[in-house]
Amino acid sequence: MTALLEADDITKIFGSGVGRRIETVALRDFSFRIETTRPLITGVVGESGSGKSTMARLLLGLEEPTKGAVRYRGADLRHLSNTQRAAFRREVQAVFQDPFESFNSFYKVDHMLETPIRKFKLAASKGEAHQLILNALGAVGLRPEETLGRFPHQLSGGQRQRVMVARALLLNPKLIVADEPVSMIDASLRATVLTALRTLRDEFGISLIYITHDLTTAFQICDDIIVLYRGYVAEVGDVTKVVKDPKHPYTQLLVSSIPRPDPDRQWSEEPEPSALAGTANPDKGCLFAARCPHAFEPCLRAIPQLYRTDARRAATCYLHQDAPTLALDQMDELLMAASGETEPQVTR
Amino acid sequence: MTSILEVNDLRVYFHTPRGMVKAVDNVTFDVHAGERFGLIGESGSGKSTIALAIMRLIRSPGRIESGEIRLEGENLLALSDEEMRQRRLAGVAMVTQGAMNSLNPVMRIRQQFADGLNSHGETVTVDEAREQLVDLLARVGLKPEAADVYPHQLSGGMKQRVCIALAMSLRPSLIIADEPTSALDVVVQRQVVQTLRQVQEELDAAVILIGHDMGLMAQFASRVGVMYAGKLVEEGPVRAIFRQPEHPYTRILMESLPSLDEKETLQVVKGAPPSAADRPAGCVFHPRCPFVMDRCIQEEPLFREVAPEQWAACHLHDEPAAAHSLSREVAE
Repeated sequence: MTALLEADDITKIFGSGVGRRIETVALRDFSFRIETTRPLITGVVGESGSGKSTMARLLLGLEEPTKGAVRYRGADLRHLSNTQRAAFRREVQAVFQDPFESFNSFYKVDHMLETPIRKFKLAASKGEAHQLILNALGAVGLRPEETLGRFPHQLSGGQRQRVMVARALLLNPKLIVADEPVSMIDASLRATVLTALRTLRDEFGISLIYITHDLTTAFQICDDIIVLYRGYVAEVGDVTKVVKDPKHPYTQLLVSSIPRPDPDRQWSEEPEPSALAGTANPDKGCLFAARCPHAFEPCLRAIPQLYRTDARRAATCYLHQDAPTLALDQMDELLMAASGETEPQVTR
Repeated sequence: MTSILEVNDLRVYFHTPRGMVKAVDNVTFDVHAGERFGLIGESGSGKSTIALAIMRLIRSPGRIESGEIRLEGENLLALSDEEMRQRRLAGVAMVTQGAMNSLNPVMRIRQQFADGLNSHGETVTVDEAREQLVDLLARVGLKPEAADVYPHQLSGGMKQRVCIALAMSLRPSLIIADEPTSALDVVVQRQVVQTLRQVQEELDAAVILIGHDMGLMAQFASRVGVMYAGKLVEEGPVRAIFRQPEHPYTRILMESLPSLDEKETLQVVKGAPPSAADRPAGCVFHPRCPFVMDRCIQEEPLFREVAPEQWAACHLHDEPAAAHSLSREVAE
């Protein structure tokens, strides 16, 4: 079956400096498929510079991959026909970090919601258009009387971000790519946005790629998770497995660095890098070796493959080299195959 | 315990064309010598305005209307501008949110350090200054080479640590850190906050950490204050506040924290914080409060001690039966 959206072995290299000779690999050899059969929320986490936002932009067609291709229903994003492009723009939606920047502050919120209806001719009459807007707002838990007729600055960050989700929802998409949708929203309002995102999956059958640096919210709403480190997949699999029992030393570092809201569970000290870490060559070997407390001989020679440590997860780390390998372009199969065997936990 | 900082009845208002905005209203708290105090609040709650008021850096249309800010007994609000300039860095230093952007991009770190010393009349030779800086950099876990570089040659976490080192340069008795890690990711955040903590212990300075991340507060602070819509609504020892919050807002903040232990129902808080220009009468939190009573709509609650060393501004504590229901629900 043709995937809705497929990243086929994509690499993105940014050049900088004189003649663009300093190359930064933002994302390397990344493959992923999103099917329409079952809606899933896939988290993508990593520190700044890990390539997570680059990945979002590549999937949305806002950047072109240096190598490989992103395909929408089998067609390369670079060569879509007009009809295909219109369909892509409708089926794949984006929600960005700053709910202020996405608005034109001179227009009322209504304008934001009416524009897609007009552009995509979603409604035959004004009344129908209004009904669509009411439905979309209701789905994300907003009351029309406190959103419509207002200017963006009159709404809270949580409300603005939910208007963005409602706008995406109007187009009846199959996939929403959300890049740090809650990181600028206050703690007491974050839950409102996260709940709206869950509703998309559970009630509207929309898949979501949730990009964040916050492992805690990812754990709460995702089915699967991909941990990126410097453009490379460090660990991938079922979110509960990855968060509760991380296999890659980088994921372990991430999980242990999260400040727990409990004064009696104090942060542990960051583990010291291994003695070999100092000799790690950044151009060769595991990208994490220079910081890794477990680095040993093999880590310095080549980038490790994905080792499938269990049915629902794989990690690119030589500590697990006894496990069967998983080709990078089969990562999605691990998620797909796995998602078939157990029903996702619908927590609400 | 001696107080290093006493803030009494502080009011900071902004006089905008659309009316007066009470950014900080009637706030009283103190910070003990050598203590780590956390000031929690969402955006617009007034927490950063308090920091700027302590530094006396409130700009027009903002104004400190009334109150006292005493640093080691001395009322900062009564000082002349020049006297206050001398107190900054030497008495109270600040590390800001975008501290990385507060470094001068065209000056080496050591020149910026020397600037701080010179402006406070310290006469040191270039070599002495460098030696002091290297010592400070070592305390924040940076190599001596960091003294000779320009800010862009350092990573975000390193720049933030440089700022902590510079804040320590005249050994202030109080360091205010306003969201020092909000632009950093978790791994670097842990390094920076642990650095701050270690430095605080070595210098025996008091630190006010301002932020909205409850996890960070739990890890760093020994005592915390909770701001809501320009008001301090609760204050107390960190364990007490996290175990047994006495103000409904604090309680809701605690409950809305997503857990890393189990997948759960996300608690949705109704409503949104009021805009500072349009604050409700009575208790500022009453429109969102699940325990709202008639009295809350009319009468502002007093900030008072509701448990040993734990203060809250909530009418529930005047009515024993109601207070009981709050604590029982928390226990459940």
